[in-house]
Amino acid sequence: MAEHPELLPYGIIREDLFRPLSRAGSKWWFTVTVCFLLVLAGLAAWGVQLRDGLGVTGLNRPVFWGLYIVDFVFWIGISHAGTLISAILRLTDAAWRKPVTRAAEAITLFALMIGGLFPIIHLGRAWFFYWLIPYPNARLMWPNFRSPLVWDLVAILTYVTGSAIYLYLPLIPDMAQLGAHNKPWRRKLYTTLSLGWTGSDREWHALEMAMKLNAVIILAIAISVHTVVAWDFSMSIAPTWHSTMFGPYFVVGAIFSGIGALIIVMATLRRTLHLENYLIKRHFDNMSKLMLTMSLLWFYFTMSEHITIWYGNEPKEMGVFGQRTRGDYAFWFWTMVVVNFVIPVTLLGIKKLRSITTAVIASFGVLIGMWLERYLIVVPTLVTPRLASATSVYSPSWVELMITVATFAAMILLYLLFARLFPIIAVWEYKPHSPEEED
Amino acid sequence: MPTGKETHTDQAKPHRWGMVVDLDRCTGCEACVVACHAENNIAVSNPEEAARGRVNHWLRVDRYYEGQFPDVKVKYRPVLCQHCDEAPCEPVCPVNATYHNPEGLNVQVYNRCVGTFYCANNCPYTVRSFNWFDPQWPEPMQLQHNPDVSLRPGGVMEKCTFCIQRIKRVEESADAGSRPVADGEVQPACVQSCPAEAMVFGDLNDPDSKVSRLAGDGRATKLMEELGTKPKVVYLDRAR
Repeated sequence: MAEHPELLPYGIIREDLFRPLSRAGSKWWFTVTVCFLLVLAGLAAWGVQLRDGLGVTGLNRPVFWGLYIVDFVFWIGISHAGTLISAILRLTDAAWRKPVTRAAEAITLFALMIGGLFPIIHLGRAWFFYWLIPYPNARLMWPNFRSPLVWDLVAILTYVTGSAIYLYLPLIPDMAQLGAHNKPWRRKLYTTLSLGWTGSDREWHALEMAMKLNAVIILAIAISVHTVVAWDFSMSIAPTWHSTMFGPYFVVGAIFSGIGALIIVMATLRRTLHLENYLIKRHFDNMSKLMLTMSLLWFYFTMSEHITIWYGNEPKEMGVFGQRTRGDYAFWFWTMVVVNFVIPVTLLGIKKLRSITTAVIASFGVLIGMWLERYLIVVPTLVTPRLASATSVYSPSWVELMITVATFAAMILLYLLFARLFPIIAVWEYKPHSPEEED
Repeated sequence: MPTGKETHTDQAKPHRWGMVVDLDRCTGCEACVVACHAENNIAVSNPEEAARGRVNHWLRVDRYYEGQFPDVKVKYRPVLCQHCDEAPCEPVCPVNATYHNPEGLNVQVYNRCVGTFYCANNCPYTVRSFNWFDPQWPEPMQLQHNPDVSLRPGGVMEKCTFCIQRIKRVEESADAGSRPVADGEVQPACVQSCPAEAMVFGDLNDPDSKVSRLAGDGRATKLMEELGTKPKVVYLDRAR
């Protein structure tokens, strides 16, 4: 196994990375079919909800936000894999980033496409979602710019646009290469998308510039997006939501879960597409260290959040605190602490235990833990309203669960299709600078 | 075009509607709840939906128990929209479906509502109701719908309006006769139906109105006033 993929001959690299595009195994078809069926089931569940009303969910008064909002925050969090990690690594010129960035950027776009659907799915009248968009309309009205939900819409639309461009730009030189040899429909696809790229010095220069600029912009957008998502909660006066810390807390949690998703994707690609020469132990080692850092940061934030509530002892906040730490949600709360902190710190902090397998185990734990974290932020607050007479319970219905499962299937489906249409590692980045080194 | 910037306590406007509820008089009979349902075309939940917390009441009567059985004292508190001057539900609505009207009422425009639920989550009194399904009435109750109140479709948030249709009717007839609205002339359905006369409605801008005088009573409190919501419902409760 080569320690440095850069040292392989470019011809072999190109062959290795383009190979997955022309050959789909039975496992690929099987997974795609299963995921596709699950997505259809999710769409059917949504159809039932659109036909019958939000009553098919487990929501009630006062638990007006449930699984959909949890999923929304979760997926927007996952989307931070690409931007944060790839943009930071691009800007700091980390040489090891080459095989990681595109995999991460694709996660970002797909997670956003999925996460961005939830605010629409959870609407009472989803078919009027566009009323939140400021445009000249027959109602002669602007949306209410004071509402965090309008900020949210603007933030997410900006982020989707930005991350689509961010994924697209580094794809151009690869697609130009692919345009030369392939099936007719693919040739058409790649030549169209590569926008007539010829590889002149001027083009390279412009592309480098655009990617750098995009990295800076997307970094700012990513941080602001998750801050705004946090503000959906902290701008309210509900007990424990109204917290000044939610912005940074959510951003940290988002990056944390994003890294988890990226490690799982990297390990899967490495095994299924035989990229052992490209995604080497060092990549997982570096990602593990990043995840370890985020785990410690997450713990720090969670601790400061809860210790101030506990010490302040404000009755309404303590009601929610009690629900989380020793009430109905205690099991999930302590599970979250274990999978988000105890396990990652043990597996990744002790050098002897750190390996690709343990990184993947820790990552699955972190994904579960971060999903739970969002559940524990949304639900316990709502089941303990300020007037005790309005107290209620919440358990999600089959519709909510089906749609949640379907979004995970949608993520896998989109990723599988992407990995068959485009090289998942940027091939051109390995291209030697002088032409005589080419083969 | 509403900007959502109407001044909250505008003395220049003729009326500032408010309510006083005397908890020492309330017997918890819930006639107000029934009257509210009939007046405002509120959908009737079936028992299964109600058991899941899907009750649709604009006005509920909270019960507070004191002491141990058999020496139990029950205290009732009718809770309706407090029509806060600084209403937490208003700024968070992305489509201006809930806003402050010039008379200080916290109104809900059903046609604008897309159902984001944010208003309901941000209401500390939990008085907002959502139409989980298209509304239904058991036969033959659909025959007694109030023609002055619009029916709300599924997917829309709704809440107490202080019976705005009754306010408008009185204001229009006063305007037509070029006379001021008399104190006590506007009576929301709950106030009208209260056998104990525990509820009083009127103009808080008029210092001589019954509601203004009662609001200055030594027993007067406001629910969760400490949140800065400036409610326009005043509760009279003997300190014990």
